[in-house]
Amino acid sequence: MSGSRLAPPFGTRIERSRPISFLFNGHVLAGLQGDTLASALLANGVRLVGRSFKLHRPRGIFSCGIEEPTGIVDLIDGSHRTPNVRATLAELHDGLAAQSVNCWPGVAFDVGSVNGWLAPLLPAGFYYKTFKWPTWRLFEPAVRRMAGLGRASLAADSDRYEEVSAQVDVLVIGGGIAGLCAATAAAEGGARTTLLCAGPVPGGTLGWRGDPAIAAKIAKAARAGVTIMTRTLAFGVYDHNLVCATEQLAGTATLPGALRERLWKFRARSIVSAQGATERPMIFPGNDRPGVMLAGAADKYAHAYGVACGRRVVIAANGDSAYRIAGSLRAVGMEVLAVLDRRPNSHIGAHAEGVRSLAHTAIGRVIGSSSVRGCIAVAADGHSTPPERLNCDLILSAGGYAPAVHLHSQAGGRLRWVKEASMFVPDGFAPGLVSVGACAGVFPQAIVAEHAEEVGRALALGFTVPAAPVGGLGRSLASSRLGTARGKQFIDLQNDVAVSDVGLAALENYRSVEHLKRYTTTGMATDQGKTSNVDALVLLGELTRREPAEVGTTKYRPPFAPVSFGALVGRRVGSLYRPLKRLAAVDWHAARGALFEHFGNWHRPAAYPLAGESLHDAAQREARSVRRSVGLFDGSPLGKIELWGPDAAQFLDLMYVGTMSTLAAGQARYGLLLNEHGVVVDDGIVARLGEGHFWVNTTSAGVERTAAAFEEWLQCEFTALKVLVTPVTSRFGNVTVCGPKAWEAMAAVGFDAALAPNSMRHMTIRESAFGALPLRVLRASFTGELSYEINLPVEQTGEMLERLWPAVTGRGGCVYGIEALEILRTEKGYIHVGTDTDGTTLPGDIGFARALDGKRANFVGRRSLLRPAARDPQRLQLVALAPADGRTLLPTGAQVADGVPPTRAEGHVTSSYWSPELEAPVALAMLARGSERLGARICVQHLGRRIDAVVVKAPFVDPLGERLHG
Amino acid sequence: MMRIPCILCGERDESEFTCGGTAHLVRPPLEASDREWAEYLFFRDNPKGVHLERWRHSYGCGQWFNIERHSVTHEISSVYAVTEPPPR
Repeated sequence: MSGSRLAPPFGTRIERSRPISFLFNGHVLAGLQGDTLASALLANGVRLVGRSFKLHRPRGIFSCGIEEPTGIVDLIDGSHRTPNVRATLAELHDGLAAQSVNCWPGVAFDVGSVNGWLAPLLPAGFYYKTFKWPTWRLFEPAVRRMAGLGRASLAADSDRYEEVSAQVDVLVIGGGIAGLCAATAAAEGGARTTLLCAGPVPGGTLGWRGDPAIAAKIAKAARAGVTIMTRTLAFGVYDHNLVCATEQLAGTATLPGALRERLWKFRARSIVSAQGATERPMIFPGNDRPGVMLAGAADKYAHAYGVACGRRVVIAANGDSAYRIAGSLRAVGMEVLAVLDRRPNSHIGAHAEGVRSLAHTAIGRVIGSSSVRGCIAVAADGHSTPPERLNCDLILSAGGYAPAVHLHSQAGGRLRWVKEASMFVPDGFAPGLVSVGACAGVFPQAIVAEHAEEVGRALALGFTVPAAPVGGLGRSLASSRLGTARGKQFIDLQNDVAVSDVGLAALENYRSVEHLKRYTTTGMATDQGKTSNVDALVLLGELTRREPAEVGTTKYRPPFAPVSFGALVGRRVGSLYRPLKRLAAVDWHAARGALFEHFGNWHRPAAYPLAGESLHDAAQREARSVRRSVGLFDGSPLGKIELWGPDAAQFLDLMYVGTMSTLAAGQARYGLLLNEHGVVVDDGIVARLGEGHFWVNTTSAGVERTAAAFEEWLQCEFTALKVLVTPVTSRFGNVTVCGPKAWEAMAAVGFDAALAPNSMRHMTIRESAFGALPLRVLRASFTGELSYEINLPVEQTGEMLERLWPAVTGRGGCVYGIEALEILRTEKGYIHVGTDTDGTTLPGDIGFARALDGKRANFVGRRSLLRPAARDPQRLQLVALAPADGRTLLPTGAQVADGVPPTRAEGHVTSSYWSPELEAPVALAMLARGSERLGARICVQHLGRRIDAVVVKAPFVDPLGERLHG
Repeated sequence: MMRIPCILCGERDESEFTCGGTAHLVRPPLEASDREWAEYLFFRDNPKGVHLERWRHSYGCGQWFNIERHSVTHEISSVYAVTEPPPR
C-alpha cells in the first residue's frame, strides 16, 4: 500500500472539504468530491483491482483516462449492476459500490490464477491448437467460465435512455486547448458550433495542470457562442458527417427510472477532431504488474487528484517526454530514483534536473506480484553493464505518444508514419473532418492554439484549411521490446496478449496486421487497443523486417469506446419496442370477454372464452356456431387498397395471377400476388367498383408491402399507366357476418333487401347504406359459409357490432376470434399465405397451375414460373391430411418423412386443427409430389413420435361449396 | 447514415428512405431465355466507384427516384427521375 494524498495545492479536480465514502469489494473507503474511482482507490493505496481476462494475472490501474485496459470493475448501485466500468472514468459518489472482475473467491486469492501456470497451453490462437482432444466442446464451458471480465445484470434496466438529433455547422470533438481554440474561432466566424467534452469539465491537460489561461479560454468560447457539452463522448463518425455521441446524465448516483444516457446524432457541416494522444507503454517483463502505469497518468493523478501513486519512482522511457514528467513529479514531492532510457545517449534529446538518468538501459525484471516492490535495471543489450536493483514502488512507462487518429480514420482519412517520433498521424484531412492538436501530431502548446484557431476560422468562413504543423514531441524510438529478457512482456494488457504471442503469429506467417489482430486478439478488447495497437504493429514490423509504415494499422471502426446497449436502444423498449395496432372497437371486444393476442402487429381477439372455458374450447364453440347459425367477426385489420384511374384494370392484370380486367362493375375475384421470383407473397380479393375504380383486399400482415409493391411497379416499371394507389386500411372498419343465418340476422336489423343472397351473389360487391351510414358490402368467404363483409367508416365499427349483436345472439350465434377463423378456413382447405406457404411456394404448388393458362399479361413473377426449377415434379405441393386413426392431431410444423431420422423430409404440416364439424383432426401440409398422392399413407414425425396419416381430398367440409350461397 | 436528396422534398436522413438497388435494369419479355431472366433477377455489378441506384422516400412523399452515388465516398453526384436516362 503506497498511495497517498498530496498536500495542497495539488489536486485541481478535488474538493477536500467534501469527503465521500464508497465500497470496494465490500470494504468502506474514503474519497473526495471530484475523484474518479481510480484516483480514490490509488489514494487509499489500493493497487490490486482485478484479474486479467485469460491468465487471471493481478492487475491494477494503468492509466488515467479512456484508454484504461486493466482498471475495470463492476459497479453495483441499488438494483443496477453495470459491468466492465473503467475505474478511471467512473466519477465517485457517495455509496458507490465497486467489485473486482474475473476472480473467485476474491481478487487477492483467486483460484483462476492457476491459469498463469497453464499459460503455455494458452498461446495465441490456442482454441485452434490445444484442448482439441478428444473435442473442444469438452473444454469449452470451463475455458469460457475462466475467461472474461465483469458480469452483466440479469435484472431489467430500470433507467431511461433517449435519443436526440441535432444539426450544427462545426462540431468540435475534444475539450482541450486545441478544441477550445478551434471552436471559439469557428463561432466567432459565425458558425453554429458545438464542442463535445468527454469529461466532467473542459480544459484538457492545461485544465488539470491548473494553468490560469485555460479558464479565460473557456470563458471566451462561451462568449463566442460555443455550446459546450460535457460528459459527452463522440464514439463514431459515420457517412455524410454524422457523428454519434453519448451524453452521461447521471455522472453521480442515479435514482431508479432516471434518465441515464442520451444518444446524440449530430449532423455537422464540418467536424474537428481534437481528441489528443494516448501515451504508449514500454514493453518489459512484468509490465502488467499493479504499480506499473503510464507516466503521464501518474502525473495527472498527482496534479488533478492530489494523489501520489507511489513514493519512489522509476521511469522506463524511450522518448523525451519522460524527462518532463520526471521533473513534474519531483515538483510535487515524489522521489524519482531513475529514468531508465532504452535509447543510446546520442538519441536522447532532453534531461531532468536532479534526476539520475541511465541511457541504453531497461527494466529486466519487476519484483513483486500483486504490487511493485522494486525492479532490476539491465543494459538494453543485456550485457554491457551489470544489473542493478532499484527499490522503487512505482514504475512508469513513457514510450512516446500515439495520436488519437480514430475519428480521422473512421471518416475515411489516411495515416502516415512519422519516424522521428514513432507515431501515426493523419495524412492530410479526412472527408469532412479536420484534426487539430495532439491527435493531428501537433504538440507544442503555442503552435496547437494557433493552428486550431486558423482551422476554426477557415471552416466558418470557407477558407482553405491549413495543414497541420506536425512535430514538437521530440524523439522517440519505435522499438521497445526487450529481446533478451525472460518473463512475460505484455502488449495488450486487457486481452493478455504478450510479445511471445505476436512472435508466434509472425512465425506462423500472420504478416498482415489484420490477421495479427484476429489471431492474437490484440486490440480486440473493450479498450480497442488504445495502449497496444501501435506497439503490436511496431513489433510485428520488427519480427518481419518491415517498417511500421509498411505494416500499417488495422482499420479503425466505431465505436471509439464502449457504448451501452441502453443508449443505442433509447426509448424502443417495452410497448414501444414494436408498437401494436389496436382495433377501433377494442372496448366492445373487451366487454365481450375477448382474449387478446398479437397477430402480426395487431392486438386482436383470439377468442371470447366464457367463464371456465379454455381458448381451445372457446374456439371450437365459436367455429361450431358459425357453421350452425351465425358468427360476428371484426375483420378491420384486413388490408384495403383503393385503385383509381383509367389503367387500373390493366395494372391489376400485371400484378395478380388471375385476370381482373374482365370483371364487370360489382364483381369480385380472388387473386394471388407474386414477386418477380414467382413466389406467392400475398393473396386477396379484387372487386371492381366502377370502370376505373377497384377495391383490393390484401392479407392483414401484407397490406403495407403490397401497397409498396404497387407503387414500385407503377413508378419504376409500368410508368405509362395512369393509376392512383390509396391504402385505406385504417379508414374502413370491416364487420363480417358469417354463417347460414347471416342474412337473416342482417335483415332483422334493417339492412337493404338488395343485399339478400338471392339478389346479391357470392363474389360481388355493393355500395349500400345503413341509415345514413355509407357501406361497401362484399360477399366473399374465408370460412365456406354465407358471408358478408361490411366495410364502413372505421369509427362506426363498434356501433355496428353492437347493432348486430342481439340479432346474432338471438339466433344462437356468437362473436368469433382468429382461432375459430383458422379452424374454419382449414376445414375448407383455404390457405393462409405465410402459414401454408413460404418463400419458395409458387402458384402451381397450391393448385393455381391452370389459372395462368388463359392469361396474356406478362404479370409480375410470370417468367419465373417457366424456369426448370418451377416445373420440377418433386416440388412441395399443398395437400390435405387426416390422421390414419382419425383421432391424433398432427403437430403443426412436423416433418413428413419415412424411415428413421436422420432421413430426408418430404414435406411438413402447415396448419392443423381439431374440426368441430367432423369431430376429427384436419390438417394442411406441403408434400413432395402432393397433387398425385391422393390416398397415399405417409408418416408424420414429431419429437421422436411417428404418426401415420393419409393424403385426403380437400375441402374437409362442404366439398361442393353449397353453403357459400346460403 | 447518409443524407439523401429526395427529388421532391430535398435532403433528408437515410432512415426515411428505402433502397431499391441498381437502377436502369431492363425487364426482359416473357420470351427471354432462362439465362437472360436469371441475369435480370440475380446478377448485379458491384462497382467500387459510381453506382446508379433507385431509392424511395418511403417515410416522406413516397416517390421513387434515381441517384448516382460513389460506393466508397458516398458522394451523391446526381439525382434524377426514374424515367430519365442516366447522367452523361
